[in-house]
Amino acid sequence: MTFGQVLLVAVVAVPALGALATAVVPGDRAGRVVGTVAAAVTLLSALPLVGGDHGWFGYGPRPAVQPWHQLDLPWVPGLDLRFHLGVDGISWPLVVLTALLTLLCCAYTLWRVPPGGGSGRALVALLLVVEVGILGTFLALDLVLFFLFFEVVLLPMYAIIAGWGGADRRRAARKFALYTLFGSVLLLVGVYVVVAAAGTADLVALTGGAGLSRGTQLAAFTLLAIAFAVKSPLWPLHSWLPDAHTQAPTVGSVILAGVLLKMGTYGLIRIAVGVAPEGARWAAPVLGVLAVAAILIGGLVCLAQDDLKRLIAYSSVGHMGFVLLGVATLTATGIQAALIGNIAHGVITGLLFFLAGAVKDRAHTGSLAELSGLRETAPRLAGLLGFAAVASLGLPGLAGFWGEAFAVVAAVQRGGPLWLTLAGLAALGGALTAAYFLRLLRRVTHGRPSPAVAGLAPGLAGAELTAWAPLVLLALAVGLAPALVLSYASGPVEALLGVVP
Amino acid sequence: MSTPTLWLAAVLPAAPLLAGLLGLLLPPAPHHDRASARRSAVALGVAGAAVSLLAALALLVRVDAPVEASTTWIDLGGLRVTLGLRLDGVAVLVATAVTAVALAVQVYSIGYLRRGPHDDVDVDHRYPPYAAQLSLFTAAMLTVVVSGDLIMLLVGWEVMGVCSYLLIAHDRRLPEAPGAAVQAFLVTRVGDVGFLLGIALLGVGAGSFRIADVLAYDYGTGTLTAACLLLLAGVAGKSAQFPLHTWLPEAMAGPTPVSALIHAATMVAAGVYAVARLFPLFERAPAALAVLGVLAAITMLLGAFAATAQDDIKRVLAWSTVSQIGYMTGALAVGAPAAALFHLLTHAAFKALLFLAAGAVIHAVGTTLMSRMGGLRSAMPVTFWCTVVGLGALVGVPPLSGFWSKDGVLAAAEAVALDGAGPTAAWVGWLVWLAGLAGVAVTAWYATRLLLRTFLGATRTPLLRPHDPPALLRWPVLLLTVPAALLGLAAFAPWFADRLRVPGDDTGEAAELVHLAPNLILPFLLLLAGAGVAWAGWRRDPAADPARFLGPLRPVFARAFRLDDVQHTLVVRPAGALARVVRTGDELGVDGLVEGSGRAAVEVGGGLAALHRAALPRAAAGVLAGALLIGLAVALIGVTS
Repeated sequence: MTFGQVLLVAVVAVPALGALATAVVPGDRAGRVVGTVAAAVTLLSALPLVGGDHGWFGYGPRPAVQPWHQLDLPWVPGLDLRFHLGVDGISWPLVVLTALLTLLCCAYTLWRVPPGGGSGRALVALLLVVEVGILGTFLALDLVLFFLFFEVVLLPMYAIIAGWGGADRRRAARKFALYTLFGSVLLLVGVYVVVAAAGTADLVALTGGAGLSRGTQLAAFTLLAIAFAVKSPLWPLHSWLPDAHTQAPTVGSVILAGVLLKMGTYGLIRIAVGVAPEGARWAAPVLGVLAVAAILIGGLVCLAQDDLKRLIAYSSVGHMGFVLLGVATLTATGIQAALIGNIAHGVITGLLFFLAGAVKDRAHTGSLAELSGLRETAPRLAGLLGFAAVASLGLPGLAGFWGEAFAVVAAVQRGGPLWLTLAGLAALGGALTAAYFLRLLRRVTHGRPSPAVAGLAPGLAGAELTAWAPLVLLALAVGLAPALVLSYASGPVEALLGVVP
Repeated sequence: MSTPTLWLAAVLPAAPLLAGLLGLLLPPAPHHDRASARRSAVALGVAGAAVSLLAALALLVRVDAPVEASTTWIDLGGLRVTLGLRLDGVAVLVATAVTAVALAVQVYSIGYLRRGPHDDVDVDHRYPPYAAQLSLFTAAMLTVVVSGDLIMLLVGWEVMGVCSYLLIAHDRRLPEAPGAAVQAFLVTRVGDVGFLLGIALLGVGAGSFRIADVLAYDYGTGTLTAACLLLLAGVAGKSAQFPLHTWLPEAMAGPTPVSALIHAATMVAAGVYAVARLFPLFERAPAALAVLGVLAAITMLLGAFAATAQDDIKRVLAWSTVSQIGYMTGALAVGAPAAALFHLLTHAAFKALLFLAAGAVIHAVGTTLMSRMGGLRSAMPVTFWCTVVGLGALVGVPPLSGFWSKDGVLAAAEAVALDGAGPTAAWVGWLVWLAGLAGVAVTAWYATRLLLRTFLGATRTPLLRPHDPPALLRWPVLLLTVPAALLGLAAFAPWFADRLRVPGDDTGEAAELVHLAPNLILPFLLLLAGAGVAWAGWRRDPAADPARFLGPLRPVFARAFRLDDVQHTLVVRPAGALARVVRTGDELGVDGLVEGSGRAAVEVGGGLAALHRAALPRAAAGVLAGALLIGLAVALIGVTS
């Protein structure tokens, strides 16, 4: 086994073992410490994955998927299932983001366990199990394995929302689980349509259509795209999201918005477009129209929203609309915009949920009508909230800009009346994003302090700063140096688009 | 290109950027050790601006030919975004103006944002974030100025918008400040929708966002006109041109030094600068220039008339800014970018001076309303004479700076109108020329009114003991009077005129900045007429407002033709209503379907369950009936097979 393969196994195995250890170690705090260490080790093993063979120096046409490291072991030979993991420029940034956010959430839980639920270490263990599922999804190069990892996430996330969430948590958790399960059923059918028609589940072989007939590709793309659209979520399949995000505990919301949604967009790029490129070309206009509808409707709903967490949750609908618009253009510019938009949304919305959680924990309300004057009593918290909001509205120079602006540029690049209209409407959606975030800031930070805000202590806990600082720095760093995310993506994206007709 | 030049150009935005980022880390709260935090903030702010000014002055000496350097920032699927510098005479001159005003404002703010005699006890100016935001703003403006890439320009462009937003909302005592800040950011952001799309069209066409590549690319006429028109939307937003001008007067809720730096001298001129930077493109899109000319003519008069009826001294200056930027865009529309940039520079000097002098007055009397001022000349002689110089430059009294630059604009428009010279149609020239001439008279009227109402006559608030401001406020004002008075004469120096010429503008001798011709007398006569009418009205009753002669037009002008209300009715309220409708639709329609299908499933399940929970007789009957059915089926199948 090479070093890279060891790392690949470690990235999936360490959090799994860590979850186990967290659960069996005696003592609540000790368990949480063990879990946090496991999350840190996971991040440390995910980072060096970048060192590998990046170029394509072989003869003949370049393969559509060319992992830097891969591990291909037989798993259930009777069913021809293989344990096939690999990492490349499309998945690596997402892997690192997942490992980072999980670590931050575990560290945050070390300091504060959401009240009303079970023990802290159970929460950490569940977070680690979710991490196993998400990382596995990003690393799987076997379609069936991908599906399995995709499903691993569901139940622990259900438990996190139902166990540690807000007042209406059980209903929200049930809705989340049932709705995404509906998507999973379609995913399962889609996976088996592809596997049965192609006779293999190997993604490296499947990418590019693998000789699937046009009809099969259209059917497969439709099934897969709907399944991923539920997860992303794409309007009008989004309505599980606001409830789940609003009711989930802070760490749950961070993981949900930060990386769980990315399983949908990643699946759309890697699986749906890769496996059924003809289907993708066929459905692209529909996808584009829905994406722009998501941007505008998400923005408008946010403009009329009166709860802090719910507003941020709905903002995800609009932001993921930009990501999906980028994918729908099926241009190299658009897909790269989608990739960096994914990462930026994970970082910024993760930060926003941390901050919203902090505001709600302190003021004991999330209602915009009852929050006012935060900058008078807690200027640092207000400043960070302002920074996160400004980053989220796509200020150039911060991370959110690249994905949104270049999704628009990619639509302009596609040309033609439809795509130019979509570009114009999406850009207008950007102004709408500014409108609702400024409304949020005006309500929450400016003005005279409301009774709920008046008694706040100005300081921030060390654990909070530890959890937030990396996200603030990343939002700035990715904005100033987008190459951090995209420098390794152009090769894989070109290769992927090489197979799209 | 030489390496030291590039380093200096990089220091230009980097120094204030660093100062701003460090300043944001200082404790903002009043509960912390305030004095030391304030001292550090002052040091950082002044140092950032000063280093930048030195770099700009050094560049002024070094740069005579255009310098260009760039490196790839990111390559997005074949579209190259570069991190690059593009320096020419114009960029260096504008950078000098920006850094000079920024330094003046940083120094001025130290004294201005200190608890004054009219402040109540709990005033806390939160100086560290304020100074840091000023520094960040300076860095952003300088990024726009030196940027060699459209995306990089957009970065500076929008960061300026955010800094403007933050600084307008700075004063916690003004309940209207947060709303004004939101309006400023949103209106410009709506314009930026067009700006982004225009940049996208240009970048996609050329395959690169580097300005040099974009200027060199040969676009189709349709694409070019569309792109230029879209860019103009952003320009109108940033430079407060009709119909996106509504935010600028509201922005006066920000502290006066902020108004001087952002809303008068620099940011609002960024739109003009951007068009001048891309002028070779606009030259090939006469339709876009014609649109710009119409907007400029409307803006010039709209701003000037609105300024006549304001009682708030800062609002007079704000509307005057709107109007003066109309002159700049008008000059661009008639194909005279050098005249536009010349007016940009002189305007930066005299408008910054006017705002800082107005700040001194406000500092002394504790109000912005001219109806509560009057008779300040004897108590504040320094401020008075500085204001006289500033207003003289604004209305164009020879030989102050504004005289020469405004004359350049009018001469260029006249040339287009009468001779048909330049890239635009003659009617655009007529429009700009006539509006400009009318604007001169109106400007003279409101400037005279401002001077008389503020400094002459009897004092209207006798309890006050106003005095000239302390040194920290006085020196920036005094130093700014020098360029406000003399910058116009620089136009006679060939090195200055050469530097103002936009590269690619090869009109040579015809593009002279100053025109010593007999028709200079026409605007001067109009000036005398405007000022004379205002003075005569004031003489009749020195205590009354000359604006009373506007009659029924006065409230219309005071509310600037109620365009703010139009915007509110046509855009803001429908958007809010649409948002509420969409939210309801989303919750009841889309989510209602989901929830409904869930409830339906539960109900169907419950119904089936109820059927299974039957009492014994019916259950027994059911079982027997089932057995009978199965038996029958078996019998039938058995018979048939």
